[in-house]
Amino acid sequence: MSSQNTPLAYVRKEMLEQQPAPRGQVGVAKWMRENLFSGWFNTALTLVSIYVIYSLLKAVLPWAFGGVWTADSLQECRTILNDLHGNTHYACWAVINERWNQIVYGTFFPSSEYWRTHIAFVLLILAILPVLFDALPRKMLWITAVYPFLMVWLIWGGTIWGPVSVALGFVLAYMASQFAGRSLGSGLTGLIAVAVALIWWFFIGPSVTSGLNKVLPLLHLQEIQSRELGGFVICVIIGVSGIALSLPIGIVLALGRQSDLLIVKTICVGFIEFIRGVPLITLLFTASLLLNYFLPPGTEFDLTLRVIVMVTLFSSAYMAEVIRGGLAALPKGQYEAADALGLDYWKAQRLIIMPQALKISIPGIVNTFIGLFKDTTLVFFIGIFDMLAAAQAIRANSAWNGITWELYIFIGLIFWICCFAMSRYSQWLERKLRTDHR
Amino acid sequence: MTTAIDTPQDQGFRLSQLIYDTRYRSITIQVIAMLAFMFIAAFLVRNTITNLANLGKEIDFGFLFNPANYDINQRLIEYDSTSTNLRAAMVGLLNTLLVAFMGCILATVVGVVAGVLRLSKNWLISKLMTVYVETFRNIPVVIWIIATMAVLSEALPQPRAFRGETPSASMWLWDSVAVTNRGTYIPAPVWGPGSVFVVLVFLLSLLAIWAFNRYAHRRFEATGQILPKFWINLAILFVPTLLVFFLLGRPIGLDLPALKGFNFQGGTMLRNPMLALWLALSFYTGAFIAEIVRSGILAISKGQSEAAFALGLRPSRTMNLVILPQALRVIIPPLISQFLNLTKNSSLALAVGYQDLRATLGGTTMNNTGRELECMLLMMLIYLVVSLFISSGMNIYNKSVKLKER
Repeated sequence: MSSQNTPLAYVRKEMLEQQPAPRGQVGVAKWMRENLFSGWFNTALTLVSIYVIYSLLKAVLPWAFGGVWTADSLQECRTILNDLHGNTHYACWAVINERWNQIVYGTFFPSSEYWRTHIAFVLLILAILPVLFDALPRKMLWITAVYPFLMVWLIWGGTIWGPVSVALGFVLAYMASQFAGRSLGSGLTGLIAVAVALIWWFFIGPSVTSGLNKVLPLLHLQEIQSRELGGFVICVIIGVSGIALSLPIGIVLALGRQSDLLIVKTICVGFIEFIRGVPLITLLFTASLLLNYFLPPGTEFDLTLRVIVMVTLFSSAYMAEVIRGGLAALPKGQYEAADALGLDYWKAQRLIIMPQALKISIPGIVNTFIGLFKDTTLVFFIGIFDMLAAAQAIRANSAWNGITWELYIFIGLIFWICCFAMSRYSQWLERKLRTDHR
Repeated sequence: MTTAIDTPQDQGFRLSQLIYDTRYRSITIQVIAMLAFMFIAAFLVRNTITNLANLGKEIDFGFLFNPANYDINQRLIEYDSTSTNLRAAMVGLLNTLLVAFMGCILATVVGVVAGVLRLSKNWLISKLMTVYVETFRNIPVVIWIIATMAVLSEALPQPRAFRGETPSASMWLWDSVAVTNRGTYIPAPVWGPGSVFVVLVFLLSLLAIWAFNRYAHRRFEATGQILPKFWINLAILFVPTLLVFFLLGRPIGLDLPALKGFNFQGGTMLRNPMLALWLALSFYTGAFIAEIVRSGILAISKGQSEAAFALGLRPSRTMNLVILPQALRVIIPPLISQFLNLTKNSSLALAVGYQDLRATLGGTTMNNTGRELECMLLMMLIYLVVSLFISSGMNIYNKSVKLKER
């Protein structure tokens, strides 16, 4: 009874229509409030960044996009700009348009032979791709194996027989190791293979090569001296050879530093610490000034080759430290498990330790590669005609005297693209190889 | 009962054991390595001796004590062209250390700020810092040095732009700093009589800060009360020094640069090569340090900050007491190697003509005397010693913040 008398103030009969969220809580407004203006400090940061971005763009964009792309000299460039805008505060990209081949190929590379560098570059990409992406057919690795010899032939010219002879040395060493490996232990087999290769390279190969060159000058290309190489081409040659050679040397040094053999360890530690303690530029000066003191009297040694050797040694010391970090990060159980399985030292390294250690150290390894590639700019100081030297030569030319930014921006952009691609690749690889916490 | 195991018969030592027996194999390998190393070393030394004899030279460091006969415009100690080559090398070394020291400080500041801001929730600033880091990391430092030098010498006003009724350029910071394309002029301190006391009081107040912090820490451990350390430290740092400074009648003055004739006079001039090298190295290395700081902070698991919040710590205290001490352990070792890299990269001074160790000992002295071997060896040795000093010094610091494990 009583419940009937109590009047209910309000009873909802039907549900309300679903309302859209308040305007401040959705879309751009919410995002901006949370990400840009979430407090006085954040607001200040946002305003400062907007100002910085605005002033940068205001300085750069009109300069870059109002520039001139066709002119024969800075003088002409300025005349055109004066006619167009009334002042000369604009870029003169014409220098790139006019002189890009000097920056890319170097000053002395004969322009009739540019096609060789193009083919070498395309083949380089084909040779690197199967190493980078294991989804590609494994047969492509043959290109990688042949590429070093093909590259030397394409760039330096001459007949095909020189590189073929060097390659034959490797083939002979492989055959010798297969032949000897059936009856002898692993240590002796390696020694025999090395000895066979050395005998071929130093005693038999050269005479065979020169004979073949006379009798059958097959696929003869115009010979190009090392000092004629320059620009981006020399940078890629030094960079890629350094990268390819420093990884194996770095692995050997890292293993030497971790080993129980006291003398081997001391030599490796001494080498690594010495190289890491001095600037690369002093090592390059050593290569250009002092190497003649250290070699037998009368030895002539190509400057490009010396630089490649020095750059390789330099980055292999850093590589060794990176790989040592990877080795140290492996749990001790992995080493013990390999021992428990009865694997010998090299098998344990090859099958158990190295795959894991290298995976851990991928970011460091790629960083060392990037560092090496950037360090190729230093060869400019010992008289190799790289991109910086080309820029200097262009600036010294009377037609382009006074130009600065356009050249360095162009060179910087080339480096940026290469290095950024490398770092992105390493991040991708790291993600791909990650096996924990899926 | 027979056992399947034969007791090994002592056959004596056989030669094949040198290769197949693990007990002896390590000795064999080491002996071979030693012999190979000695052979290579002997080969190099013999070649060097033969080559030197052919050239009629001998290794002689006497040239270090001969007059250098060249000028160095950027110097921290007394030097003129009649000073010895050794003194020139010292000037160069000090220049290297100067730019390395200033570079390490600025790079750390830039790197920490950029690294922390890259983690900021503010989308715009984190993207801006990403652009900074990626731009500077992926372009060689030589290009940065040359580009910075170009900015300084081409984009900055000439001294004459400061002259006249309506000058097109003006000095900064209340007419005390003049930034020109010849160099930057900053005020130089003038030490009047009595300035010793001011410096002494300043040093004493540093000592007092140290003592106060110890006391505050002890008090905190004993009673749990927290003193406003920051403000007290600030007061100790400035109040006594300023008091003495004004009581003694302002003994330390400033020599301001002023435009006289065609150029600025007075003050200290920072030459453009040094500025370019310093700025370029700092911002280049700063990009790397930013990444190190970022990864160091990210390496601390989220549970740590959540636990700190659960204990009721404020965000600033969480950062200071929980996150940073742990992040530092991750940050310091790679930071050391960045400092080393910066010091070694300072030898790229050669791109702008800053007279560092390489330019004096490994440059003009070497060219004047023709002693490549001695100069290069000495220079490498000095760089090696500097590197070892930096890394051992930082390693001591690293030990002090390292996790104390038992």
